[in-house]
Amino acid sequence: MERRAYPRIGEQVFHTVLENGLHIYVDQRPEFQKSYAFFATNYGGMDMKFHLDGVWQDTPAGVAHFLEHKMFDTEDGNALQDLAANGASPNAFTSSAITGYYFESTEKFEENLKILLSFVSVPYFTQESVDKEQGIIGQEIRMVEDDPDNQVFFSLMECLYDHHPIQVSIAGTQESISHITADTLYACHKAFYCPGNMVLTAAGNVDPEHICAIAREILPGDPGGSIERDYGGAEPEAAARPSKELRMEVSTPIFQLGFKADTAPAGQARLRQRLLGELACEALLGNSSPLYARLYGEGLINNNFSYGFESYPGCAFLCAGGESQDPEAVRAAVLAEADRLCREGVDEDLFRRLKKGVYGAKVRGLNSMENTCIELAQGHFAQFDYLEFPEIFDSIEKPDVEACLRAWVNEARCGLAVVRPKGGAE
Amino acid sequence: MTNATRLELLPGVHLTAVQTKKFKSSALGVQFLLPLSAQDASLNALTPMVLRRGTERCPDMESLSAALDELYGGSLEPVVRKKGETQCVGFVGSFLDDAYTLGGERVLEPAAELLGEVLLRPCTQDGVFRLDYVRQEQANLIDRIRAQVNDKRQYALIRVVAEMCADEPFGVDKLGSEAAAAAITAASLWNAYQEMLRTAPVEFYYCGSAELERVRSALEPVLQALPGGGVRRAPARPQQKSAPAVPRRTEEVLDVTQGKLSMGLRTGGIDVWSGEFPALLLCNALFGGTTTSKLFLNVRERLSLCYYASSQLEKYKGVMLVSSGVEFGKVEQAEAEILAQLEQCRQGSFEDWELESARRSVVSGYRSILDSQGRLEDFWLGQAAAGIDEGPEGLCARLEQVTREQAAAAAQKLSLDTVYFLKGKEA
Repeated sequence: MERRAYPRIGEQVFHTVLENGLHIYVDQRPEFQKSYAFFATNYGGMDMKFHLDGVWQDTPAGVAHFLEHKMFDTEDGNALQDLAANGASPNAFTSSAITGYYFESTEKFEENLKILLSFVSVPYFTQESVDKEQGIIGQEIRMVEDDPDNQVFFSLMECLYDHHPIQVSIAGTQESISHITADTLYACHKAFYCPGNMVLTAAGNVDPEHICAIAREILPGDPGGSIERDYGGAEPEAAARPSKELRMEVSTPIFQLGFKADTAPAGQARLRQRLLGELACEALLGNSSPLYARLYGEGLINNNFSYGFESYPGCAFLCAGGESQDPEAVRAAVLAEADRLCREGVDEDLFRRLKKGVYGAKVRGLNSMENTCIELAQGHFAQFDYLEFPEIFDSIEKPDVEACLRAWVNEARCGLAVVRPKGGAE
Repeated sequence: MTNATRLELLPGVHLTAVQTKKFKSSALGVQFLLPLSAQDASLNALTPMVLRRGTERCPDMESLSAALDELYGGSLEPVVRKKGETQCVGFVGSFLDDAYTLGGERVLEPAAELLGEVLLRPCTQDGVFRLDYVRQEQANLIDRIRAQVNDKRQYALIRVVAEMCADEPFGVDKLGSEAAAAAITAASLWNAYQEMLRTAPVEFYYCGSAELERVRSALEPVLQALPGGGVRRAPARPQQKSAPAVPRRTEEVLDVTQGKLSMGLRTGGIDVWSGEFPALLLCNALFGGTTTSKLFLNVRERLSLCYYASSQLEKYKGVMLVSSGVEFGKVEQAEAEILAQLEQCRQGSFEDWELESARRSVVSGYRSILDSQGRLEDFWLGQAAAGIDEGPEGLCARLEQVTREQAAAAAQKLSLDTVYFLKGKEA
């Protein structure tokens, strides 16, 4: 295995590619009690249309998430129980871009790893179990529909994007999942759950060579073909619609304000764009920005306010949101502040402090093995090495961040989604 | 191994310090321990939020954030927690560990200085807190109390506790009530703050690479400035009550698509201070605390009655809460099944593998506390508030000894007190 050292952040990662195309990354941390393994496929809620065996497949919304639920079924029972019986805490998640299965355990790591690799790579569904799962996922969809944070986020995606599937709810709808059969699941597993489309990352008190040996022993030898995905072509630069409003059982209006950024590039440039996006957010409306202090002082936002930059294949955006009695006023103030920053530039001293602050927060984020493993996996799919962020940070200058603000933060690229209380006056 | 050291710095003022080099950050915080009460909970909860608005030197959020950014994006969050019937309010800070600074500069000392400043030298107006800060944070607190309804799963738990413990301090929410929050004035808040500084037990916490002596010296100026002259009395242990002969029932209607059923049980006197506590922990894991639990496997997986069904312990009080999300039409069936599963635990009808996986899960949960600065801080705060000095390893050793009879005996002591159901408008 190749050993990569990152002395500035005190980490070392072992990396290799198996004969079947699977990349493995191991971040060794002997001083920790627990160990963590993350096995992910480059397949998420937005991968609905793809090319397989020479034909275009159009699958209903929610298949990736449905698969995630059903993968735990094995011919002998349920892998969740097998892992839990070993004292491991297993779980899985589906995002718009990836599906990840993981566990953490303080004992029997290698035994647990075998279970993880085996249940994720060997599909076992029956029509009966799929029918039963419709009920469980149906309940989850209802829960998501009652969750204002989730609703407001996907509403913002509908504002920003014309056709990109980032706006599709990851779990799908009651209607869309009703079209899912055992055959749909087998077909999607075959397409996306092959070693060449997956990655394994691990951290903790583990032996990298043993991990490779276990992966070789359990996983299939065939890397699988390459998968072409269709996200509906390039998005226009402008937001699809300026705003969307919903009414739900909430106490105060909840909002998400977003700005469509340039489509994320591949490779190390993706990581650079992300750091630029995060710094742009901080300079514009971050906790130490003049605008944040003003909005907070005027009571237009409270400490539920949060913000960030996100990027997925085919799309990237800045977003900020929380609770506000007047989300439109927040939007107007953010646009005016962006205008000012484009004219006057970001304050030198503020920029220096923000860089220090964002850098420190990123280093502290490495405390979490979960976070580190997920970042390594996502970086692998996007073809960048996440742990090189200190070097990229060094190369970012104030004009780079100002250029992002100038290009992205304007009325044409802006969307605002609001969930208002039911029965309240307009 | 946890190298946790607990020192009394002044009467009623303690430092818990965990020395380790495994994290990139160091945690530094201070909490005041107060008796939870309907009258004062909102006042106490508001105090750190107002303190966090500004100090003499950094009078607004912008300058305070700038000071934190200089400390490599350190955080200093106002926190309010409920540990049994003790309300803990203060600040939890996280700072980059000195080993990772760009120029090799020290972060602990300036971080401790900033913590002391936020705690003891607030930005004032006419001898009390600034009125605009109080008004705003008061409005934020009221918003937070109102916003509890937004998270239905959590809301259903808050409601069952409020119903079940209506005449006990434990029934008070950690943020207090909207009415109590609305009644706060700049003067009443200032008085409560002064009283807290003088009389509440103080818990400092540090976790990171610095030597104990260095931590102690860094905190010395804060101790010097802490007002004396009061007696800091350790928190009282909560009263244990028994369940009524017929469980209380309450329903609420909101516009939701999924119902929430929550149930409050009394543990029959077992709490964190009891010898039987490890048996209760195991019993909870077996019943509804894990994905191999009876609730998960039967109520969710086998019968598909709920999207989730789980149980949790309020270990500093002697209460168990069951939480589930169900379709409106299935609530009676779900409740009956939850109780049937409890009966199984009482009768000792569980397989060896069920008991062992429950044990592995609880042991693993406690051992992994050692890997998280946030969880470690929270664990040690709870122990401090309870006056217990056992660390996670000691508890794990006791968990290994629990027999199936002891786990079943803990289940036999559980009794249903209150059932709360949140249903939709159309149901």
